[in-house]
Amino acid sequence: MSLTLKINGEDRQITADPGTPLLWVVRDELNLTGTKFGCGVASCGACTVHVDGEPVRSCQTFVEDLEGAEITTIEGVNGSVAAAVQAAWRELDVVQCGYCQSGQIMQAVGLLSETPRPTDDDIDSYMAGNVCRCATYQRIRAAIHMAAEKMEG
Amino acid sequence: MTIETSRRGFLTGVAATGAALLVGFTPKGVLAAGPANAQLNPFVKVAADGTLTVILKHFEMGQGTTTGLTTLIAEEMDADWATVQIEFAPANDALYANLLFGSQGTGGSTAMANSFMQYRQAGAAARAVLVQAAAQAWGVAPADITVDKGILRAGDHSAHYGTFVDAAADLTPPAEPVLKDPAAFKLIGNATLPRKDSVGKTDGTAIFAMDVRLPDMVYAVLLRSPKFGGKLTGFTLGEAAGVQGFVDAKALDNGAGVAVYGTTTWAAIQARDAITAEWDFSASETRSTPQIEAGHIALLDAPQYEAAAGVTRADSGAALEAAAQVVEAEFLFPNLAHAPMEPLNCTIAATETGVRVYDGCQFPALTKPTVAGILGLDPEQVEIETVYAGGSFGRRANTVTDYNREAAFAYAALGGTRPVKLVWTREDDLAGGFFRPVAAHRARIGLDGDGNITGWDHRIAAQSIMKGTPFEAFTVHDGVDHTSTEGLADNLYAIPAMSVGLSDWTSPMPVLWWRSVGHSHTAYAKEVALDMAAKAAGRDPVALRRELLADDSNTDQRRLRGVLELVAEKSGWDTPLPAGRGRGVAVHKSFGSYVAQVVEVSDIDGAIRIDRVVCAVDCGVAVNPDVIKAQMEGGIGFGIGHVMRDKITMTEGVVDQANFPDFEPLRMPDIGVIEVHIVPSTEAPTGVGEPGTPPAGPALANAIAAATGKRITKLPMTDHGIEFV
Repeated sequence: MSLTLKINGEDRQITADPGTPLLWVVRDELNLTGTKFGCGVASCGACTVHVDGEPVRSCQTFVEDLEGAEITTIEGVNGSVAAAVQAAWRELDVVQCGYCQSGQIMQAVGLLSETPRPTDDDIDSYMAGNVCRCATYQRIRAAIHMAAEKMEG
Repeated sequence: MTIETSRRGFLTGVAATGAALLVGFTPKGVLAAGPANAQLNPFVKVAADGTLTVILKHFEMGQGTTTGLTTLIAEEMDADWATVQIEFAPANDALYANLLFGSQGTGGSTAMANSFMQYRQAGAAARAVLVQAAAQAWGVAPADITVDKGILRAGDHSAHYGTFVDAAADLTPPAEPVLKDPAAFKLIGNATLPRKDSVGKTDGTAIFAMDVRLPDMVYAVLLRSPKFGGKLTGFTLGEAAGVQGFVDAKALDNGAGVAVYGTTTWAAIQARDAITAEWDFSASETRSTPQIEAGHIALLDAPQYEAAAGVTRADSGAALEAAAQVVEAEFLFPNLAHAPMEPLNCTIAATETGVRVYDGCQFPALTKPTVAGILGLDPEQVEIETVYAGGSFGRRANTVTDYNREAAFAYAALGGTRPVKLVWTREDDLAGGFFRPVAAHRARIGLDGDGNITGWDHRIAAQSIMKGTPFEAFTVHDGVDHTSTEGLADNLYAIPAMSVGLSDWTSPMPVLWWRSVGHSHTAYAKEVALDMAAKAAGRDPVALRRELLADDSNTDQRRLRGVLELVAEKSGWDTPLPAGRGRGVAVHKSFGSYVAQVVEVSDIDGAIRIDRVVCAVDCGVAVNPDVIKAQMEGGIGFGIGHVMRDKITMTEGVVDQANFPDFEPLRMPDIGVIEVHIVPSTEAPTGVGEPGTPPAGPALANAIAAATGKRITKLPMTDHGIEFV
């Protein structure tokens, strides 16, 4: 089927069967490779993107459900929350291998958009679906707190 | 593998010390200036605009080499850290060998250890010729020139390095460049130096192998034998041809499976699901886990090899016979998958002269000839473009370069007509073998009437990682694969009469080093058994370890005791905890580094909460203190996550775990605060990627025992009565 997806503010024409996960359209057809494939079963969060501002797992989000939706990937995420999150991530050198971090950042932006001053428990529960095999969790937690402070300016 | 480097006089500051230290490195040869271009030596490029680029002979899997190696050259050149660029080296053993391996590759936590002097010398040599060229241009003495953030100055003169590149290329670099006095270091030891890979990994622009896209490229997945060692005998396309984006399906020449090609990864996966294949399982692993575990335990009764130097079971047996009491424990460690976040993948494309391999390539020295052999090319016709690797934990380095090999077969099966990217799914990864071997241990520790350890008989049964591989000569001696016994047969405690017996398990299933290799099980068995002995003897676990590491004339004991004492202090070991909470300690040397950890847990209505982990590490000179802390944090998480609840099991040779829900990784809520303390040192830098992992599991086990009295000797813990919150 032929579809129009609005990704990072632009209308993109794609052809894909219903049931095609957004992940593969984004990566293999639109060349937005910042969104990562980690498990394919919504168990690791590496593929997290925003649909209408909410973090979702793009490996289990299907193209036919997305017409008219605003899709944002790591390449297109912007605004004060994203800027604070990315700045905090860099200041604390959160990354190791870095492969999960696009997803972590998209999830963290979701958290701080909903809860600007999260507690440790808020962070742990909101971020629990995002796996980091390098185990950078402690720094992610600290970076989210730092981003919250930056947002307050 | 344990790799030792000389430590004596390491930082006395002159190049001669370093040149003598580094096997096979001759500054003159390596640093010979080439034609008039910006590459001053194999490791340093300076562009006409002054941009410095550091060439990295080691790949980046998260361990921090892009920052670490760059620090060394930037330090010696007094470069501007913010503008230094990085580039991964091509595959070239002559220029880019790991000096501890003799060929190009990353592993064994050796990147910094083998590069420390080489990269400093390369930076110092490049600086020397650039400064000399500036001195000639300005008519001043080289000694009158200062450099700060890449800008050379003398009197009224000021210019960046790029100004002198052409002139410097005609100069002969010093054979023994003078290195900086460590007292003048600005970058080495700087705890606030930002990582070089931080920006690209936080805005989606960093390119991992999975992100490589080439014109006309097809994506491929492989339909593999469900049992290890199965051979493809035929396949039926079924509905695959109808999948949108399906390109082709081909049996691989080596019988390993069917390569299924698509215009997207999804198309290839969908088409593979529709294909049915037939296999010859006559040489396959067909056993199930209970049988495999029982087989390992049975091997403990009669060790094939003696692994501890100079001590036999007769010696330890006599001590145990005479002991007032004997503490006994049997340990069982499951297979574990590495499961790096980026599933394995590799892209191969034609060039004018051969092929180019795009890979987060850990062992170029093996990948290059392997791919060449499969494609009928000379190794020189195979180029490797190394890109970021999304984790490895050992998986991307294997002696048969399994996924590079598959990619080469898949490329060849399509006639070499199009670039092919071979992608593994997570299901492929967890079912794909190359696991941490299953290991069984039995410890028997004899105590005298005063609670002193008088003898220790230890036995291990595990499948050898190294036998039959190109690495066998390095680690297998008199039948003993050192990677099965490391950390135990050569442990540092002063224990009279400790014997270590080893038996090899054999299976068609391939096994592999997994972050910290043999230490991933030997440290657990050693440190938990010792804790049990301390308990039986009525001794404090820290005090007993301190006593067993008391010899000041023994550098190993002194340094391991150093981290033990530091962790005891920082964790408040001597401050009692309320009931329902417990601390556990473990210490271990691996990859040249000394690590001690204390884990603190609470018993919350019968479930364990991990409150805090305190870690002390002595890894010689701390080149990048924050990277070292990050590696300890990550190593601890890796160690703890797997002992908590992970295992790979098999039913009649087929892996039971399909995806992450069945091999549940450590997640953020699982673990509390981790504090890392680095012992100041002027010794040669040693490994940090792996040494954080071995003590974490046993420290947790010992903490659980302290809090609850439950002793977990069979893993994972969740299979043996422990629940976590």
